[in-house]
Amino acid sequence: MRGITKRFGDLVANDHIDITVEPGEVHALLGENGAGKSTLMNQLYGLLQPDEGEILVDGEKKVFRSPRDAIAAGIGMVHQHFMLVPVFTVAENIALGAEEVRGGPLGWLDRRRSRRDVLETSKRYGLPVDPDALVENLPVGAQQRVEIVKALTRDVDLLILDEPTAVLTPQETDELLAVMRSLAETGKSIVFITHKLREVKAIADRITVIRRGRTVGTTSPDTSTDELAALMVGRDVSLEVTKTPADPGREVLEVSGLIVEDDRGVRVVDGVDLAVRSGEVLGIAGVQGNGQTELVEAIMGLRESRAGSVVLEGQNLAGRTTKQVLRAGVGYVPEDRSLDGVVKDFTVAENLVLDLYDRAPFGNRFSLNPKAIDESARERVDQFDIRTSSPHSTVGTLSGGNQQKVVVAREMSRPLKLLIASQPTRGVDVGSIEFIHNQIIHERDVGTAVLVVSSELDEVVGLADRIAVMYRGRILAVVSPDMPREEIGLLMAGVVTQEAEDTE
Amino acid sequence: MSGVSTATAEELAEATAPDRFWNRQRRLGAALVIIGLIAAVIFGALAESATARFTISEDAEGAALSINGQLGAILFGVVTIAAGGALLAGVAKRWQTVLLSLGIVTFVFSFLCWQVAGKFLPLVDTASGSLELALPLILGALAGVLCERSGVVNVAIEGQFLMGAFGAALVGTLATSVWAGLISAVVGGVIIASLLAVLAIRFLVDQVVVGIVLNLLALGITGFLYERLMQPDALKYNSPPRLPEWRIPGLADIPVVGPVLFETNLLVWLALALVLVIHFGLTRTRWGLRTRAVGEHPTAADTVGIRVRGLRYTNVLLGGVVAGAGGAYFTLVSTGAFNKNMTAGAGFIALAALIFGRWTPFGALGAALFFGFAQKLANYLSAVGSPVPNQFLNMLPYLATIIAVAGLVGRVRAPAADGVPYVKS
Repeated sequence: MRGITKRFGDLVANDHIDITVEPGEVHALLGENGAGKSTLMNQLYGLLQPDEGEILVDGEKKVFRSPRDAIAAGIGMVHQHFMLVPVFTVAENIALGAEEVRGGPLGWLDRRRSRRDVLETSKRYGLPVDPDALVENLPVGAQQRVEIVKALTRDVDLLILDEPTAVLTPQETDELLAVMRSLAETGKSIVFITHKLREVKAIADRITVIRRGRTVGTTSPDTSTDELAALMVGRDVSLEVTKTPADPGREVLEVSGLIVEDDRGVRVVDGVDLAVRSGEVLGIAGVQGNGQTELVEAIMGLRESRAGSVVLEGQNLAGRTTKQVLRAGVGYVPEDRSLDGVVKDFTVAENLVLDLYDRAPFGNRFSLNPKAIDESARERVDQFDIRTSSPHSTVGTLSGGNQQKVVVAREMSRPLKLLIASQPTRGVDVGSIEFIHNQIIHERDVGTAVLVVSSELDEVVGLADRIAVMYRGRILAVVSPDMPREEIGLLMAGVVTQEAEDTE
Repeated sequence: MSGVSTATAEELAEATAPDRFWNRQRRLGAALVIIGLIAAVIFGALAESATARFTISEDAEGAALSINGQLGAILFGVVTIAAGGALLAGVAKRWQTVLLSLGIVTFVFSFLCWQVAGKFLPLVDTASGSLELALPLILGALAGVLCERSGVVNVAIEGQFLMGAFGAALVGTLATSVWAGLISAVVGGVIIASLLAVLAIRFLVDQVVVGIVLNLLALGITGFLYERLMQPDALKYNSPPRLPEWRIPGLADIPVVGPVLFETNLLVWLALALVLVIHFGLTRTRWGLRTRAVGEHPTAADTVGIRVRGLRYTNVLLGGVVAGAGGAYFTLVSTGAFNKNMTAGAGFIALAALIFGRWTPFGALGAALFFGFAQKLANYLSAVGSPVPNQFLNMLPYLATIIAVAGLVGRVRAPAADGVPYVKS
């Protein structure tokens, strides 16, 4: 790919990017969230068309108008959000778009043959999949194997994997890396998009680092982790969180026997007991989709629980509305900022009082007090270092990190007993991550109980004073952040060690 | 990692939470017991103690079943209660549907015993009447299946019916050919469908709003032309030939089934054949697999090189063909002339049949037949001067749809991307 440029309005997502992938190599595309990695690869796969630049396959210039063209040129892609139809079987998903048919123009599906093709590919590359299972019933690791098999049955020469490890446990990640290695050995090229340095160093033959839409360098995996991190974020950063030892006080939140179902009626929180004390951070580690979301939603009154209790300082929160929970002194940073955190078309000032608009000094039952809202907004913008041209800009014009600061500022500007922060730094730039982490620790130090949920193990280990590992709706163990990462990783995969049981 | 035990979390003991007592089966059972009680007590009390006869032929003789009306109402009601009781007590899953159907059928018979006491109900006439009334509903619902399985909501079935009916009457009269009429009915349906397709797929207008607007458009155009053209000179513009009834020798001599299925018009056979064709098309062909993928997860379909919008256009237009043919029923089969707003909401009942039939061809067929039966029964009741206002039976399709959408009869799951326009990022 040569001189690829892609603009979305004023934003230049890719700015004259050059990248070459050799046959049989694993080429890592490293960069922060929002650096433009996925945008670049979506152009190679024909989902987006570049504004400038050209794509060459085997030295021949190609124009990809749609994924169909890219597939024909031998390019396959496993997307970050899986492109599988949930109500189809594995075989149907794999056949889709390249169906085996008989009966001429009728297009009668040859289901036996497509089933056999799946099994063959699955066996050849050592990727076990059940062709008759419904995709919606498969765990994410298996769905990812389906995606890879789907790409491989189309005879790809180049396979793009977009953040494939985001939803995997450390053990599943290792398996995936092994698969990638063996695919490369059969002569296939692999582009591996990620922001995780450890994985890059483990697998890549070459590394291209992208920052803010530009290539900042192509290096070998021998480069040190610190150097790669510096390339990626543009300055030396400490990913460690500096904090003093916790001084836990009384129990603030006590959850016992909590059972919650998801929208499909599947029990996703399966008898959770946990306690958070004032002045400590309890971190919940776990691969995404193991019930963390539903647990937090149940505490916040956003989702009905089937059984169990949630007690905040002797006050039962079960059955309360979200508003009542917030008023009881709970701060909540939701995991999906754009869905639950901010109203993008509202101004920064308005977003800062979303939970207080009907109370003095910001307003009452019937009207708002714009003056008080403005004054307070100016204060918060300074205090929380929100980079915006004015408190009256709409939140949608801010960067992800600054949007998140708006959420954090809102939640932390009232007296709290408990702060719940779900994925507090997802999609946030490194500078803002540091700031948000410090704010969370500051909240702990003034005596608030803090519950942090994150699928980034680094974040949980950095912030937490105690770590609860969640797997398939249960807390498998509560461990110290000093425990070796490999063992926490095993717990996240559902393997219970003797030691972990003892510390519980 | 020396201390790794072999226990994985799946093997740890299951946490206990009480299963909901009022599960679906018990709720259905309770509902059956209640309607059974209504049947046995109220229908039984109101029924005359006279013979109710269900006859094969058109006259009162030769009854296939004859029973004392009061006794029948009570007996059938008791069977309904028993079926509900069995569901309440808990039975194996495979018996659930059987018992539910038994309960509903016996409830209907209990009602019939009350109504028919002292009179007679011709079964063949009821069956063929139900099928005829269901005919546009089947075709309309199939049109809905075609559109909605590929992700385009079709509220414009009513408008397609009207245009089809109007086109059939006008062109059929002018060309004095019933086949020309049928073809222009299809064209009429396709005109509305193409407007729906362009507005919904190309211009991303809200599909429900577009559908309603198209219905009003069709009503306006056909109403205007009817008043200006057809009403002044009905002979020249509004007297199309009727579809001929064909009789298949041999098969038509089978009792009950024969006259209903094998002595009828082409449209009935077309509708029944389309149910099969669309069913197998959706489940067994490349077109069907792609259609379902586009309706469930268009982005996934796009990433494997399927033209999402193209396929949606195709299916919406095919839906227009089928619904237009359904419109022909009103002028070429039913009345033999066009009339202002003659479809009178049949398109919405077809939509109800689509939802009640869970977006499947056979489900749509079943629902359409059920609704057709309700309409036929309503006609019968008003003919015999029943005390039950026939409006109650005409409400049935809507009532059934509300019950279905509320999830009382199993979970209704629309295609995931139904009504969501596909926009490339």
